[in-house]
Amino acid sequence: MSTTVRQQVLVLYLDTSALDSRVVGWARYDGTGATRPTTGDSDEPPYETGVAALEDGWRLFQAAQLVPPYPGTEHETSFLKHEFFFEKLVSGG
Amino acid sequence: MSTTRQLLNSTQVARFVAHGFLRLDGIVPPEMNEEALAVFTAGLPSVPYGTPVPKAFPEGSFARRLVELPAVAGALESLVGPDPTVDHHYVHIREPREGSAQPLHGDAVIDLRPDAFDVQLMYYPQEVTAEMGGTLIVPGSHLRRTNESDTGRYQNLRGQTRLTCPAGTVVLLHHGIWHGGRRNDSDIVRHMYKIRFNPTVPQVRLWDTADLDAPAVREELGRGFPWYEQATGRLEILNRIRLWRALSGDPAFDIEYWATRIANRPAARRSQA
Repeated sequence: MSTTVRQQVLVLYLDTSALDSRVVGWARYDGTGATRPTTGDSDEPPYETGVAALEDGWRLFQAAQLVPPYPGTEHETSFLKHEFFFEKLVSGG
Repeated sequence: MSTTRQLLNSTQVARFVAHGFLRLDGIVPPEMNEEALAVFTAGLPSVPYGTPVPKAFPEGSFARRLVELPAVAGALESLVGPDPTVDHHYVHIREPREGSAQPLHGDAVIDLRPDAFDVQLMYYPQEVTAEMGGTLIVPGSHLRRTNESDTGRYQNLRGQTRLTCPAGTVVLLHHGIWHGGRRNDSDIVRHMYKIRFNPTVPQVRLWDTADLDAPAVREELGRGFPWYEQATGRLEILNRIRLWRALSGDPAFDIEYWATRIANRPAARRSQA
């Protein structure tokens, strides 16, 4: 029996830079290979807030930095700003 | 062909400016839908970039009849004007039981035009069920400055639309909208025919403007979407105001005084006096 630990990754995009704000977007990647989440496969987010993911055992390992816009680009919109990466370590492999 | 032009009204165009797309459900007649799959199987002649519609699609061809359907012709004229050129066209096929979806993307390389846009026509000759996947579209994403598949990390966004539709549906999209072909979990091959149109005239008041001052126009342009972040959502409306000023030819149009307020530069006026 393998004792290898695999990583599951959850990415949440939040309404503001606060971890307890509302989830507006999400993505999942599964290092066990047991599931293959893909684009457009669910309309309901897995959690309502970032903190709700912590409460469910996900460990936060990265949050987006707050980077001011370059002068002249203050009104432009582009990528989602408030990106938070979470992990779970599960047996697998 | 109908002699009555079915132009969009201002509220519909404002809705396009806010959402970035317009759905025309089931407007292609069944006999054309039945004809379509054979036409696609036979293959479509390639069209050089920038070819006028009559030259790209000869009289009587399937594509010509499609774009001359009154509802399609009226919507296209309202958005890109008369005599657009065809950028390219292509039949997209999603095979049964595909394991993955297309990543979320925009079709153009980053496009900075503030006063022009291309329109992409997507035609679905078959009924598209949820199991067949359909096209994922993110309403209100078209004014964001992102390049092609750089948005591929985003799997799902609140308020995304997962297209299911009756046969004969046409969707017209702003070139910048985030979208992707969803995974096909059915046993049916899914077809989507896409044509991209470039305007050849200024895109100013090309639609039926009788309702230009209707309250519904402002309501559409001020619309929020559930995936917008709090701060960025306001910028989206500001960017729509700028686009609507260009399309309506009204440089004073505003919502909540936002664009007017930040253009107020008394010191600059005094220095020019």
